[in-house]
Amino acid sequence: MGPEEFDRNVELALADAQLRRNFAFAMGSFIARRQAVFSDAAQTERLRGQGQALKRRVLSRLPELLEELEANCTRNGIQVHWAETPAVANRLVLDIIERHAATRVVKGKSMVSEEMHLNAFLEKHGVEVVETDLGEFIIQLNGETPSHIIVPAIHKNKQQIARIFHEKVPGAPYTEEVEELNAIARATLRRKFAEAGVGISGVNFAVAETGTLCLVENEGNGRMCTTLPPVHIAVMGLEKVVEKLADLPPLLRLLTGSATGQFITTYVNLISSPRRAGEKDGPTEVHLVILDNGRSRIYADPELRQTLQCVRCGTCLNHCPVYTRIGGHAYGFVPGADRQDPQPPGFRTGPGRRPHHGLEPLRRLRGGLPRQDPHHRAAAAPAQRGGVTGGRERRARPRQPPQPNGAAGLGRVAVSQHPPAGQPPAELAAGPHRQRAAPGGAPGALDPLPKGAPFRPHPAAPPGEGDRNQR
Amino acid sequence: MRRPRGRQRTAFPRKDQNPLKPNPVYFFGTCLIESFFPRAGEAAIRLIEREGVPVRFPAGQSCCGQPAYNSGYPDDARAVARQQLRAFPDDEAPIVVPSGSCAGMMKHHYPGLFAGEPDQALAERFAGRVVEWSEFMAARLGVELEDRGAPLKVTWHSSCHAMREMNVIAHSKGLIRQLSRVELVELARERECCGFGGTFAVKHPAISGALVTDKVDDIRATGAERVIAGDCGCLLNITGAIAHRGLPIRGQHLAEFIWERTHGS
Repeated sequence: MGPEEFDRNVELALADAQLRRNFAFAMGSFIARRQAVFSDAAQTERLRGQGQALKRRVLSRLPELLEELEANCTRNGIQVHWAETPAVANRLVLDIIERHAATRVVKGKSMVSEEMHLNAFLEKHGVEVVETDLGEFIIQLNGETPSHIIVPAIHKNKQQIARIFHEKVPGAPYTEEVEELNAIARATLRRKFAEAGVGISGVNFAVAETGTLCLVENEGNGRMCTTLPPVHIAVMGLEKVVEKLADLPPLLRLLTGSATGQFITTYVNLISSPRRAGEKDGPTEVHLVILDNGRSRIYADPELRQTLQCVRCGTCLNHCPVYTRIGGHAYGFVPGADRQDPQPPGFRTGPGRRPHHGLEPLRRLRGGLPRQDPHHRAAAAPAQRGGVTGGRERRARPRQPPQPNGAAGLGRVAVSQHPPAGQPPAELAAGPHRQRAAPGGAPGALDPLPKGAPFRPHPAAPPGEGDRNQR
Repeated sequence: MRRPRGRQRTAFPRKDQNPLKPNPVYFFGTCLIESFFPRAGEAAIRLIEREGVPVRFPAGQSCCGQPAYNSGYPDDARAVARQQLRAFPDDEAPIVVPSGSCAGMMKHHYPGLFAGEPDQALAERFAGRVVEWSEFMAARLGVELEDRGAPLKVTWHSSCHAMREMNVIAHSKGLIRQLSRVELVELARERECCGFGGTFAVKHPAISGALVTDKVDDIRATGAERVIAGDCGCLLNITGAIAHRGLPIRGQHLAEFIWERTHGS
């Protein structure tokens, strides 16, 4: 999406008084709820420090932890697949579905699947995909994408949802009663849960030590998706791995407190294996698809690495004055989920593509976003005339991400040919992790990733390098 | 320029005899004050001098470089920033800045901007000397203000950088609260941006306009006659929107406001 389209979207969004009211109300109540559960500033700071330390520790040994996760999942009977790109990940998911001759899939809310555009891909291949998170269900009925990573249908009010249900759910009466609307969704979804051949979910934290997948949710739909269908496929970005089971409580407290203002979600699912002999329920197969999609490149860049600390709580969106005015759809992608490079919400650069700065105290894990903005803008700044200083033909010189073959690129190096925003530099398009992609890039192979070749992100920058911008 | 005699305490050394006070300090005027709010700059200097601290205003200073830096032009920003490094003598004296935004740029971003470049050490020393004006007045000088104005209801706008990057809002508001006949009414959504955002207001006028409309509504709801701020970028944006709507609310930089209230003019 170019700047002109963004400006048009902004114009439409600003003119939509209902949309602005919906967002202002919803974001205001999220801010208040979060403040209520983080009312003790000193305790919150301690918790943030703890969360930050845990995530930094993960990043200091990410490749090793991913291998430990794979080993322990495999030992538990969870089949692990590696995908460097969304195309590979989509193919892997479709192959599993086709292997089981399934035509119906139920899905719990997963932002990484939004990043992959998984629904569109599966539907193109004749698979019926039903979103079961209530918010996702609403917007799927209406043919929309999420406007918020935590509350996908936050831009809709009760009346709009009543109309969508009445028009799109066969036999549904028009009602604005919340209980009745819930009952319509419940009746529709229960049938879908029972009929589905495969359930797909995301992952909030994957515990390397035990090979456990942790998934938080409030509606029970996540538990249905991961226990009722005979096959469960979990998809995750590779930054979701954590070291130990004991790391979960502080991280969950930060995530749920920040995301929804809850001390704990209604459901906390810890999935550690498929159904075992003698067990009466649970899927017979559990698959874990681990997606890279640029994350290993971010990992290798000391300026960017700390962004992988983000737990995707979405608080930055709630507090963003720009997001609150124009909503998530105006950006042309799902802020915080749908992007070429996995970055926390608002991270994308380029004209008008980021929610406003000034979020320093909100990022629960202190990801260092505002400090990186100039770096990203430098990468996106037009080289031609018309920059802020006017008339300069020189191109801005951002730091160059390190080369895959060593630390040579760690210093400040002039980039003569920087790619347009959103595209990886050509020299990084072929890193060592490519070796795990499908041979020749041909889709279709059931397991396109050669076995026995452990996944490795780019050689790590020295630990702590990425922290130079931390206060 | 001296403080009124009646307020001197005998148990302590007079303020202008305090050996802990810096002597002198340098003043960084900022582009916006020089171009649009010169009286705010004059007031800020006079208020420091009134405490017995000589103020030096180095010629040759210009802009902190933030517009270029934030727009993704680090080379251009560095060239502008280097001019500031050269303009100020390389000594220990504080560099007082009447803006949270410019101070934030110089204090928190110069070291990174010059990392691995010539002048890195100089930039780090410079950054370490930068102090925002209200923090300097309240925390370093410990000013005591005597209100000489008529009763007045005001509200306060926190700039994003003063609040989040410089963390000086307590000092700014503390100065206002020292004024005995001034009632400070807080904004309902104080933490929200006014929509200025430097070049943001130029690049995205529609969104910026929506933000400042809400900000002015918030200001209006306090019933205050005046909105006080520590950053002239916000003030320019907010007072422009107020004027556009023809509202009887005046915007003023904190320094100018305090000078007016305490100098009796």
